[in-house]
Order: sequence, then C-alpha cells, then structure tokens
Amino acid sequence: MKRARNDNAGLVAVAEPAPELLLWQALNIAHDRALAADEAVFVLGEDVGLYGGSYRVTQGLYAKYGEWRVRDTPISENSFTGLGVGAALAGGRPIVEIMTVNFALLALDAIINMAAKLRYMSGGRLAVPLVVRMPGGVAHQLAAQHSQRLEHTLMNVPGLRIVAPATPQDAYWQLLQAVRDDDPIIVLEHELLYFHKGPFDADAPPPAMHAAAVRRPGRDITLIAWHRMVKVCLEAARVLAREGVDAEVIDLRSLRPIDLPLLRDSVARTHRALVVEEDCRFAGAGAEIAATLGELAFFDLEAPVGRVAGADVPTPYNGTLEQASIPGVEEVVQGVLAALGPREH
Amino acid sequence: MGVAGAPGGMIPGHPNRSPGGAPRPDAARAGGDTASQEVARGMQRSLARQFYRDMVLGRRFEQAAAEQYAQGRIAGFLHLYPGEEAVAVGSLRAATPGDYVVSTYREHVHALVWGLSPRAVMAELFGRATGCSGGYGGSMHLFDADRRFLGGYAIVGETFPVAVGVGYWLRMNDAPEAVLCYFGDGAANQGTFHESLNMAALWRLPVLFICENNHYQIGTEIHRHTAVPEIYRHGCAYGVPGRRVDGMDVVAVYEATRMALEHLRDGNGPYLLECETYRYRGHSMADAGAYRSALELAELKARDPVAGFRRRALAEGWLSEEACAGIEAEVEAVVADAVAFAEQSPEPDDLRHGVYARPLDLYRGAP
Repeated sequence: MKRARNDNAGLVAVAEPAPELLLWQALNIAHDRALAADEAVFVLGEDVGLYGGSYRVTQGLYAKYGEWRVRDTPISENSFTGLGVGAALAGGRPIVEIMTVNFALLALDAIINMAAKLRYMSGGRLAVPLVVRMPGGVAHQLAAQHSQRLEHTLMNVPGLRIVAPATPQDAYWQLLQAVRDDDPIIVLEHELLYFHKGPFDADAPPPAMHAAAVRRPGRDITLIAWHRMVKVCLEAARVLAREGVDAEVIDLRSLRPIDLPLLRDSVARTHRALVVEEDCRFAGAGAEIAATLGELAFFDLEAPVGRVAGADVPTPYNGTLEQASIPGVEEVVQGVLAALGPREH
Repeated sequence: MGVAGAPGGMIPGHPNRSPGGAPRPDAARAGGDTASQEVARGMQRSLARQFYRDMVLGRRFEQAAAEQYAQGRIAGFLHLYPGEEAVAVGSLRAATPGDYVVSTYREHVHALVWGLSPRAVMAELFGRATGCSGGYGGSMHLFDADRRFLGGYAIVGETFPVAVGVGYWLRMNDAPEAVLCYFGDGAANQGTFHESLNMAALWRLPVLFICENNHYQIGTEIHRHTAVPEIYRHGCAYGVPGRRVDGMDVVAVYEATRMALEHLRDGNGPYLLECETYRYRGHSMADAGAYRSALELAELKARDPVAGFRRRALAEGWLSEEACAGIEAEVEAVVADAVAFAEQSPEPDDLRHGVYARPLDLYRGAP
C-alpha cells in the first residue's frame, strides 16, 4: 500500500462535546473514518485531492492519505466511474465523487450498465462494493445544465440503492454504511445542504441505512420529503400550526428502497399524505410514492395522495423564475390546505 | 514474477477476495527467452501443443455453438470467434496465472483459453444453472472471479474503464500482476478508449490494451469508421507505446504479448497491442456478412490461423501428424461432452438471485 505523510491539516476536528457541524464537515469526517478503517477504501473524482473537493467534502484527505487513496481524476466521468467498478471487482472499496448529478449523466453507462448489473449477470458471483456520491438539485441560479435532479432515473434501476441524506448526522451515518456495503450505493446529496448545520455525534448508533425518519410528528396530514424539501416542509408545518393544522413531516432518507411501512403507519394515523419533491412532477419519484401508498393504504386514506412538485421545465437562470420552478413553503401550505379540503375550524 | 501478494487477499471481508487466480494446471510456462528464440531452437513442444489445442478447441467450440444456436438451444445474440483464434491464444498464453482478463461480448474463446471449463461456458450459452454465470449472463457475460476472468461486456468500450480500475488497484498495492484488456476496432472510437488510455498512462497502470482488429464494426469497414485506421497509433496522443502484429499468427501474437507484458511489469505503464485479424462469420448469428466480398473472405481463409499453425508445426517438427490428430479427437470429445453437459443441466429457478448481496424488498413489509 502506497503511504502518504500523516498530516491532519485541513481535516475537520471534532470538538468535545460534540457540537453542531455543517453537512460537508460530517461527510469529511465520514471519509476520514472510512479511509482509516479499511485500506481497500479510496476516493476518486474531479478535484477531490489537492483542491479538497468542490464542496470541501474531501478537504485534508489528500495530505493525510496520499494521491493513490485520494485521486484527482481527469474530466472523464464515465471512465473514472467505470474505474471504480473495475477496482471494486478486484478488491477495492472505491468512493467515486461525481462533482454534480448533471455530470453523472455522462457516467450512466458505468452506473447502470455495469455497477448495477454485474452481480446479477454473474449469477451472484461478483460484487461491486462501490459508492458513488453526487450532489444535485436547484442551487443559486446555476441554470438548466447545473440544476437538475436524477432521482427518477436511478430509482428505476435494479441493483442500485439510493440514500439521500438531509442532515449532517445522516450524511455521516449513511456514507459509512454505504462504504461498508457490498453493493453499489448512490449517495445523492443536495448542493444547498452542504452548509446546513445540524447536531452531530460521531459515535451515536445509526438507524438502518434505508429507514425513514419522522422529523415532526403530527395528526392531520403526512408530508413526505427528502433533501432540502424536508426543511421546506418543516417550515410549512410551522406555518400550518398557526392555522390549526398539525402536519407530520417524514424525511425519507432513502429512495431505493423506500421505507413504506413507516409511511403506511403514518398515513394510518393522519389519513392524508402529500409528497413534496423538488424534481419535476411528471414521472418523478413522487409518482412512485403516491401510487404505492395508494395501493398499500387505500382504506386509510381520506383523499388521494397529493403531490407538490417542481414545474415541468428546465431550470431557468432568472432567480425569480428559478424559485417559481420549485416548491416553496407557500406552495406546500397551499397544497396541504387543498388536500384537507373545507374544514370546520 | 509470481502471483504472491495478490492484492485481493489483503482485505479481509472483501466479497471478491480470491486466492490470487488459481494457476491453470495445463498452463504453458515458457522460460525467460522470447518466443522467437524458442522458435529458433525448435519450439517447445508443450507450447506448440498448447497453441494448437487451444485454437482447435476455440474453433470447434464455436462451431458447436453455432449448431446449437441453429437448433434453438442457444438464444439471444451469439458472436463467434472463428478466424481470430490466434489473438486470444497467443496473448493469453503469454500471460501469467493471476493476471486479470477483461473481454468483450465475443469472449468464449478467451474464457476457454484462460481456463474456464468448456462445460461451464457451453452451459452458460444454454442459459443453465451450471453455467459460469449461473445462466444469468449468457454468451456476452462470462465471468469467473476465481480465475480473475472479469467478463464479458456487451456495451462496446466498457472493457477499458474496468481494466483501468483493476490496473489502478494493482498499482495502488504494488502488485506484480497485469490486466489484459480486449477490444475491437470499433471500440477505438468510444470515449472510454481515449479516457482510459489517458488515465492508464497518467498513473502508469499495468494494463495491456489488446485490439482485436477484425476490420469491421458489424458491417462498417474500418476505413469507413476510423480516420486513422492503424489503431496502435492512437496511443501516441497519450504517450502509450504500441505496435501492430499479424493477428493470424499465434506465435507472433505470443511473442508481442510477452514483450508488452515485460514492459508493463517493469513499471513502464500501459501498452497498446493491435492484432490484425479477421472474423469468418458475420458479426453475430443475425448477420450474414453480405457486406464483404467472397474474394476477401477466401483470401483471409487462406491465411487461417489454425490450419496455418498446423502446417507450420508439422513442417518445423514441433508436432507430429499423430499428435495433431490426437488433439483434434480429444477436443471433439471435450466439445461433445460440453454440449451434453449443458443439455442435461437444470435451468436457474430464482428470478431474484444476485440482484443484491442480500435480498432486498423494495416494498418492505408490503404484500
């Protein structure tokens, strides 16, 4: 194993007692722990090394672990993701960072045709223990080619699993769980959440990788969201509380599989559900969730499962239009009120 | 160079950990000098025998596969290798057990030469549970993790990044093994070819890129699909050395591969070996090959690698007529046995086997 000088400069130090951390810092610590724990783990991607990562996620790791375990790659998304597949077949546990989901479109052959299918095509005799991280979503006026989501595409691929952390703690837990897993795992991140702060405890026992979490219990309606839309839903729930509506907010945390038992239990109590997604509405993740929940919980539901989703347009550059293309607090509040129908207050 | 220090072995708990590639008991282990020197002093009989048996097996196996396809026992896309045998045999016999092999959808003969049993390969073509991929992969997706035979890829250009990934892992661990990466002339125009040559050169990875240039990407001849039809010259943009050899001559391929592998194992980074060859059949069983002239086909068949080597081996005294006949009879029996084995083997019965390491219910708890 090629060694590097041991140098912690740039790595995130965890103060005692455990403070709040930013999401990128939690991911940074998870990478450090994964690299330290298993020499099969290595990180590769554009600017992950010397530069420290476009979102600082891999900051300090290059100095600590050296260029062979923290590898800056050329701009060759399909081939360096495929490199991850090949290394995983030979004994490695690579973590591939694709700078944004937009560039992952160039790597879909490696992800969908190779990583997802090799175990099955080999009769279960080959494993692809590969993690592919990629941030997406609408950020701040990055225009259509830098502001999309890929949930719908990847959710439809047998052989993949997808986690979508919305908090620093989940990002830490789920990345470490993904690295230890023997299957290819997609870690979908959101560009606007890297600088989101939240409680962090490196030693707290994690829930199951694919378990959803109730972020706010409520009685009147179940709001189902992931990534940044969890924050939007929590804010909407605060507004709705002033109107006398008690909304439950569920953070899915995982998009393949989806924790349907938890959703079903929630709907059995609230009798109404609304999926809130940033992506376009048509054939999106919300469609799968709404349809399945409708099948599973038909007799618990007072109304069809609703959807508040992004507009079916490429993301515009103009800031006002950009905000109009994705759900905000007001849209969620209106969606909930519409779902509840005329109420006796 | 040995196979000790197999990098897969250093990581406890890795699912693909293998003991370092089980040595093939019948592997021809030539000495330290080059094939031409061997030829000069009278080629080792064991090596000549191995070349001839491998090529006859490759030829006969593919003929049997075509027969079984015609009878409806093999389905799907079936890409056969007759005409190209010298490439797989010459290159793989120059490699060392423990090396990795990454091949294309026309890979039956590579698998056989690398030690996968004819039974396991034929059963896979039949889609049976006893196949090397359990019947889940088929003709285009042959795998054997223990022998480090990593496919079997049906998307043109996929072998490059896989091989570069294996090469990266080997170099990261200072392992002595190499990767043999096969591709056709058509694959040279995929982005992955250029992206992978660049990365392999940048990090000096031990990857031998072997072009099986049969001059046709399905029905489009190389002069109509590649601006610079000498594929080995494409390496120059990345500083990857290369050469072109007669891919109809098993000894030439063997010799060139040995030199290339020495280059790799000395830490000099990748090498690009172009083998000029020809496929007698169409691209797949669905292709009659009508885009080629009968004259062209006849000219190439006159240079047949199997018959040509047989003549040469007899003339040089490497093999006797009796030895050749014995090999042919033995291969006939091996192929017949493989077909019978495949026919009698059960079909796989678990639709969901191997999608994930552990069964995954997408609708956990749902009916």
